Amino acid sequence: MAQEVMEATAKPIEEDAILVVDDIKKHFPIGGFGRHATIKAVDGVSFSVRKGETFGLVGESGCGKTTLGQTVIRLYEPTSGRVMFDGREISRIGGNELRRVRRGLQMIFQDPAASLDPRMTVGSIIAEPLNIIGIGTREERRERVRELLRVVGLNSYFVNRYPHEFSGGQRQRIGIARALAPNPQLIICDEPVSALDVSIQAQVLNLLRDLQREFGLTYLFIAHNLAVVAHISDRVGVMYLGKMMEIGDSKTITENPAHPYTKALISAIPVPSPGLKRNRMVLTGDVPSPANPPSGCPFHTRCPMARPNCAVDVPLLTPRENDHWVACHYA
Amino acid sequence: MAISDRSEFQPVIPVGPATGDTTAVALPFIEEQRVKQSSLLKDAIYRLLRNKLAVLGLAFILLVLFCAAFANVIAPYGFAEKVPGEFYRTRPNYWFLFGTDNVGRDVFTRIMYGARTSMLVGFGSVAMQLVIGVFIGSVAGYFAGNTDTGLMRVTDLFNTLPPLLIAIIMLAAFGPSVFNIIFAISITSWVTIARLTRGQMLSLRELDYIKASRTAGAGGTYIILRHLLPNTLTPLIVSTTFAIPTAIFSEAFLSFIGIGIRPPNPSWGDMVAEGQQFLRSDPHLAIIPILCVMLTMLAFILLGYGLRDALDPKGNN
Repeated sequence: MAQEVMEATAKPIEEDAILVVDDIKKHFPIGGFGRHATIKAVDGVSFSVRKGETFGLVGESGCGKTTLGQTVIRLYEPTSGRVMFDGREISRIGGNELRRVRRGLQMIFQDPAASLDPRMTVGSIIAEPLNIIGIGTREERRERVRELLRVVGLNSYFVNRYPHEFSGGQRQRIGIARALAPNPQLIICDEPVSALDVSIQAQVLNLLRDLQREFGLTYLFIAHNLAVVAHISDRVGVMYLGKMMEIGDSKTITENPAHPYTKALISAIPVPSPGLKRNRMVLTGDVPSPANPPSGCPFHTRCPMARPNCAVDVPLLTPRENDHWVACHYA
Repeated sequence: MAISDRSEFQPVIPVGPATGDTTAVALPFIEEQRVKQSSLLKDAIYRLLRNKLAVLGLAFILLVLFCAAFANVIAPYGFAEKVPGEFYRTRPNYWFLFGTDNVGRDVFTRIMYGARTSMLVGFGSVAMQLVIGVFIGSVAGYFAGNTDTGLMRVTDLFNTLPPLLIAIIMLAAFGPSVFNIIFAISITSWVTIARLTRGQMLSLRELDYIKASRTAGAGGTYIILRHLLPNTLTPLIVSTTFAIPTAIFSEAFLSFIGIGIRPPNPSWGDMVAEGQQFLRSDPHLAIIPILCVMLTMLAFILLGYGLRDALDPKGNN
């Protein structure tokens, strides 16, 4: 019993990791006049990302994974909680201090059409972080841009072209080159392949993997496709309605998931053998609104294993063997 | 059938020696790509110049602008000067290209000077609308929230004012002068530009490339100047081009009903008002200034459509 209490307050955090997210919350106020509701987009999420690994974050649309990524990189101010990057608290800093930290922290966006300014050339898009931070001379920056284009597999004479002249996959490569420009340690990949054709997805994923090896990058990889995430990630976190449901290495998550929500996600991955009979676990209903989340376990409204106390008690992430954390009373 | 069709579409590729050397085929492709580099502006100008109607509109606008600028050089007489001799309401002829009016003034001269008034009011009022509209729109759009709500309610208030009625009241109060006309027209029309700027900025500021810029450490001023304004420019230029003919028409209308430009100062609207008394006997006195207003407005609208298509960076080359 005493051990359980101790475990219940534990968090899936290693303080020496490159990125530590500690009980982060992001609530958006909604409505105007007289209404003071909030959307709890991210509601107390904790995890840490080790140097050199890829940490995958999965969940349905609207579960808060993009908001989480953008809060970590401080595009949003966190409502509460703590973000540590490379041993420094970054959730409350601002101005020049934040600017310096952001050199090590970059982002790749979901829609390559919207993440590149249509009025700027590829060269100035990639050079933008260098210009803003003020790295190198003009000539050095130009050389760096050419080098970055080569690194992401594009021809270096594309510098004077405009984004609309490229295909989706090529645009995403430009976005990757821009993220690489200030030599970051950690890149947040927010659904980097979901807007691309399946045939291009593999190319971009392989490029990301190669870059990780070459530059020793750490990735926080956000996606809704568990198959893609498990393929590229060392560890995976599963989110539902702003909360972390399960964290484990990708082998455990795909082969031995504990949380019923993760099981449902795994069961939704198509298998390449049409004759195979599977026991599909199909969830009913929609994701509840994050403006009015269910009491207790946020998943109890759709959970096949739910029992009465699930609607009352909030399950905490508790550790299992092999660094495997699950937030469920009965799994 | 397919064989002859296909042969027409086959590109002429200098294939290397018979050994099947593939690099010889690939090289010309690279060269062609290198040549294709060009700036957005050059592309836009190229696309505009290929649009015949827009070029026609632009040419006519340039002609009107030339006449307006050099009216005192081109026009054979002064705008209020009676031509020597007894020439009242003469038809267009060799000596008087557009004829003379009922007090013996040269209509061609007055059209030239009228162009000056029209262009002054057209461009002046649009400049004033841009200054007010872009400022209010940018502030509302970039800061959003309560600033946006407050400024937009003020904008709505101005939008409810009937433009011509307000212009009439203001001119009655402050007296007719070119500046007062510009002011009276702009005081209600800046609303369109403010709304446009605000809407553009509101939608653009949520885009990922703004977020990417912020991730790199960019501040508000950098983002507005480097990303938001350049991407708002296209709709602004187009909207401005369409606002000019409206202002020209408003001035002509105000002068037509007698509270705009005061005679004998030249205005196309005033000339129509004077000419309409002689519509049966000497229709040219009214028709010529009407045509001037009409063609000038049409020219701006044609140019506006051309600019709208040409300035879209996603347009075909």
